[in-house]
Amino acid sequence: MIKFSDKQLKIPKMARPVYLATSGMSRFGRAFPTLRTEELCIEALTEAADFIKMTPAELKRYIHTAYYGHFADHFGDQLLGEAVIHDRLGLDPLGTIGVKTGGATGGSTIWEAIKAVASGYSDCALAMGWERMDEVPTDEGNHLISCAADKDWETPLGHIYTGYYAVMAQRYWQIFGKAEDSFRKIMAEIAVKNRGYARMNPHAHGGMKITVEDVINSPVVAYPLRALDCCLMSVGAACGVVCDEKTAYELTDNPLRIWIGAGSHTLRVADRRDMKIPLLPNEEPGLYDDLGKRFPGGDRYPGFSSFLAARIASYYVYNMTGVVDPCEDLDVIELHDAFTISDIQSYEDVGLRPYGEGRDYIESGDAYHTNPKTGKPGRLPSNLCGGLIGCMHAVGATGLMQIAEIGYHIWNRWADIHGDEKKWKKFGREKPKDWTDLQVKGAKRGLTISHAGVGSHVTATILMHPNHLLKED
Amino acid sequence: MKSENDIGRVSVKNGRYKIKGKFHIIEPNTPIFDDNGKLCGITNPRDMTYIHSYGGEAIFFESLSKGKLMASRCDNPKCDSKDSIFMPFRIYCPDCLRKNTVIDITDIAKKTAMIHSFIITERSGAFNTLKKPIKFINVEFEDVCTIFMGYLSVGEPKIGMRVVPIFQTKKPTYTIMDISWVPVGTSESELPDNFTF
Ligand SMILES: [Zn+2]
Repeated sequence: MIKFSDKQLKIPKMARPVYLATSGMSRFGRAFPTLRTEELCIEALTEAADFIKMTPAELKRYIHTAYYGHFADHFGDQLLGEAVIHDRLGLDPLGTIGVKTGGATGGSTIWEAIKAVASGYSDCALAMGWERMDEVPTDEGNHLISCAADKDWETPLGHIYTGYYAVMAQRYWQIFGKAEDSFRKIMAEIAVKNRGYARMNPHAHGGMKITVEDVINSPVVAYPLRALDCCLMSVGAACGVVCDEKTAYELTDNPLRIWIGAGSHTLRVADRRDMKIPLLPNEEPGLYDDLGKRFPGGDRYPGFSSFLAARIASYYVYNMTGVVDPCEDLDVIELHDAFTISDIQSYEDVGLRPYGEGRDYIESGDAYHTNPKTGKPGRLPSNLCGGLIGCMHAVGATGLMQIAEIGYHIWNRWADIHGDEKKWKKFGREKPKDWTDLQVKGAKRGLTISHAGVGSHVTATILMHPNHLLKED
Repeated sequence: MKSENDIGRVSVKNGRYKIKGKFHIIEPNTPIFDDNGKLCGITNPRDMTYIHSYGGEAIFFESLSKGKLMASRCDNPKCDSKDSIFMPFRIYCPDCLRKNTVIDITDIAKKTAMIHSFIITERSGAFNTLKKPIKFINVEFEDVCTIFMGYLSVGEPKIGMRVVPIFQTKKPTYTIMDISWVPVGTSESELPDNFTF
């Protein structure tokens, strides 16, 4: 049984408020044979400058330190890739550092930038992430990803990360999903939802108009997971610029407040020891006393069915910001939907629903832009950009893309970014005839979850309009 | 494949690695042209062999070749985790950071191993040498505080199914692939080549 000390559970404190001034991202794709990584990073930074009506050169003059994230040097075959990008962005001789936390790299990168500003070290910091996943064939890419598992205890077993990951899906599917057809259908609905939303996003490369049947009939990857349950493998870049209050308002009239919490858990999924479930602000003691009775086999926490790192990251950031009930206090979220089933698992870890009841977030219609049951706006829409399943998973960029997407909703600029005919053309993509504005009307607060593999690292970021904070600083 | 003589091999003399054979193979790079026949890139062939120390875990991997499953246990009377048995093997207790005691849990595994979760996949990454489909299983044991990642060599996995370990003793690879699992009651003749109970 693992126990945490009070000191470890201390709510993180930032010495001064931090703001997100702007964000940007490149186009995303499975491969870009004619684009170098730096071209994608420059595309992202230029978009961030455009967003606040600046030239890149003007924006760069504010940047004091730079944080770069990409998951694997192996993919780009370039050690110190961060230094290459820093040079190409023309940011020498500023201090810079690389960040690597697997799938959570994007979130961790901005975690570093936020702390630099919160501490007073920098007044303006750049967080930029990317991934180059097209420089090796898919099977070698799978081998490289498997190297992010334990190299002695897991990697030799098939060199396939899915094998180490999907055992968690199996356990959740049987214990909490009870292997029911209705649960399988909910998983498929997530794939339909996220791929459908991605169709409205010119940056996305996985948009599809599909049905639940298409997902259920797609090839088995590792039962119960099928091809359409799984996220994309992508190339692209995304960035965010964070500032103190004074600098933020010099850059834009409309910066957003930003907070972040981070958690971790063992790289080896099998190596998890039991513990008591850490409770979130909307959970009462005793809530889970009968969890094992309701879901036989579900009494082991975090077992194989939950992500402790996501729970801890949420615990920190909710308490930092005054979020009590995320469904009540937030307007829009971006979750790390690596697989449809892990998306459901994370609904519980971040407190959208209690453990064991994640499916209800989809079944209730809360997760949709427009609730399919009522035709009214969804209570807390998720992954309107398409998520990892529909938009992209260019690993080091993903967490930063999510933050940009939540920003666009709160800035009320979603349609500008996603509806622009010129952008669709520039990216060589056809804007669908039934293109729909997915702006969440009146969005003031949002959450993003950036998550690594079996849950080794997770960051939870909260963005809020500064006039709509939940608690005083 | 390299010839038997070319395979990179390493020995240790006076605390240093001595290498013999080929540790990389040089292959020329080739150009990549786009749809219009214009140069857009280059291939960079790379073939390397790493030299890796098992350190304090070496006893675990060596024991597999002898048909034994070794775990480790914290025996520090002052530690909250005293008596915790770790499998995967941990050299140090993650709580008190004192060196764990190496213990043999082959019998516990034979008597109590049970499938906690599993997954069957036709997919694999480059360099895979396991037979497909791979039946990944996670094995829980009585009195062990963690779970073990492995693969099933005979039959179809089910949560809660009792399994026993088998070991690649006849031609060990000295990797985690030297331990596999079969359902209780499997006969010696059903085991894959080079494996014994
Ligand atoms: Zn100890």
